[in-house]
Amino acid sequence: MYKYDQYDQAMVDARVAEFRDQARRRLEGSLSEDEFKPLRLMNGLYLQLHAYMLRVAIPYGTLNSEQMHALGDIADKYDRGYGHFTTRQNLQYNWIKLEDAADILADLSKVEMHAIQTSGNCIRNISSDHFAGASADELVDPRPYAELMRQWSSFHPEFTYLPRKFKICVIASEKDRAAMRLHDIGVQIVKNDEGEIGARFYAGGGMGRTPMIAPMIRDFVPLDQLITYAEACLRVYNRYGRRDNKYKARIKILVHELGRDEYVRQVEEEFAHMLDQGVEPPREELERIKPFFADPDFEDGPKHVDRSDPDFALWVDRNTNRHKHDAYVSAVISLKPVGGIPGDATGDQMRLMAKLAKQYSFDELRIMHTQNVVLPHVKIADLHALWTQLEAAGLGAPNMDSIEDMIACPGLDYCSLANARSIPLAQRISERFDASGKTEKLGELKLKISGCINACGHHHAGHIGILGVDKKGLENYQLSLGGSEAEDTSLAKITGPGFTEDGVIEAIDTVTDVYLQSREDGERFLDTYRRIGMTPFKEALYG
Amino acid sequence: MRVLTGNDLKTGDVIWWTGEGWSRHVDDAVDAGEQAEQTLAAEEAALRVNVPYVIDASREEDGSVRPAHIKDRIRALGPTVRPDLTLKPKDPEAIDWVI
Repeated sequence: MYKYDQYDQAMVDARVAEFRDQARRRLEGSLSEDEFKPLRLMNGLYLQLHAYMLRVAIPYGTLNSEQMHALGDIADKYDRGYGHFTTRQNLQYNWIKLEDAADILADLSKVEMHAIQTSGNCIRNISSDHFAGASADELVDPRPYAELMRQWSSFHPEFTYLPRKFKICVIASEKDRAAMRLHDIGVQIVKNDEGEIGARFYAGGGMGRTPMIAPMIRDFVPLDQLITYAEACLRVYNRYGRRDNKYKARIKILVHELGRDEYVRQVEEEFAHMLDQGVEPPREELERIKPFFADPDFEDGPKHVDRSDPDFALWVDRNTNRHKHDAYVSAVISLKPVGGIPGDATGDQMRLMAKLAKQYSFDELRIMHTQNVVLPHVKIADLHALWTQLEAAGLGAPNMDSIEDMIACPGLDYCSLANARSIPLAQRISERFDASGKTEKLGELKLKISGCINACGHHHAGHIGILGVDKKGLENYQLSLGGSEAEDTSLAKITGPGFTEDGVIEAIDTVTDVYLQSREDGERFLDTYRRIGMTPFKEALYG
Repeated sequence: MRVLTGNDLKTGDVIWWTGEGWSRHVDDAVDAGEQAEQTLAAEEAALRVNVPYVIDASREEDGSVRPAHIKDRIRALGPTVRPDLTLKPKDPEAIDWVI
């Protein structure tokens, strides 16, 4: 994986020193909260319901053992012994003291990490496929391109005060495991008819209060124009994005209001103008980055596991992904134990995952946007030993892509923006479906829960989505069906009137019953919904 | 009653105005009455509270204070999904009070 050079390290260290001084001035009173707030947000420090919250960037979800170990140590030293992995492949600490924040950033810097651009109206941490560099179905490893874009977008002076936040995703397979088309810009690395590698661009996707699927805006951008084209997309948005209305300020609104074709025309005009202005980094920089993501030294070995232990066999079936080397798999460590808090991990668990990554996965881990952790390169021969240790630590839940593998935002238990709690729903649903044995029957079913319209829990993209709202001071939950954040991207539709907490859990039971009664061979919940439509589900829910 | 709340500047802890200072316990809160905004401004300027605001609450028969909105009740207690991290980790009924 990428290693900082002296420039990266110097930039991060300088930012730590700068923030230390800013925090000191705030604590002394020479900076007001109005003055300090944008400065702390530029360093990922929010003020949430119970305390300050620090969001740490994990670029394209990739980190090494030393970094994961350090995250665990920070959880114990400065927080309350745990952290929360997010749908942006980042980590959040919930109980941070302002007087400790600069020390935490300094600790992060020692392991080449930071919290820069994890908040504010800038280009946020770039996300990617959690199986990048490992999956059998990818064209190339997308991370060198994501890293190039990370370097371009870090501290980019022109894009420090965009109309709103800006999220970029880079993938390199037809299968979309990163919700690419629900980003402000989605980049898919592709091969053209001439066999050249380039980038397909999508723009104007997103969730939030106005969910939209990004249309494709260019089929192929040559790699030596990648950054120039991205910059052209940003420039048009930066110039014409709505700054007068926060709720209409995302690029999706601009693309929608201009229309895809007019936005493309303006981008192309800007792109043509910029091509000879030296915006593109030298090709040598991409070539310098690529070796950091070279394959480790894979070895041949057994291609099958001993399936005599049914619990182990179930975990292998559910929680491993086919690797490009046939003696390896990518193993998913579930952070969704039955009744647990989705995405939470203790300091001990983080250090254990770090140790296991060192032992079994060439020192590498990935964070999934579904709030789990991946060991990308695990020898099939080592799987049983790995699983045994995960099981012992409460990290062996065999539930990837099942209803128990739900996304849930922090919700009203932690978040000052939320209208309703998300986590208790997740806990009750996983307990209920696990106890009834229904999870197994349902197969792939992606449940996503958001505690407010900002949709951090991706409810628009859930096969089943839940949105928490405030109804006259009481928590209420809207149910929606039919969303997908995969390559068949779709937005879920609301079933009808909302439910109480108890009611929405019953409602999920009801819609899954409709699915089980209506499905045809091989159909997932989403397939059945798309075939039979909303009506049977509504009839079952509302009579 | 009108209750003043905010966060401690250094620690971020949720705090409540007691009439003389700030407490982490909502039951120590007093009715700030018509002086609420004036008190907030003075306390914020003195760095004794961060991002303060006024909420509606009620004094219960047992003397406890109950914020009107669930968000402030969660702030007062702690996350309902981590009873061990709330201000009442040994009270099994504390979560019911929030809801």
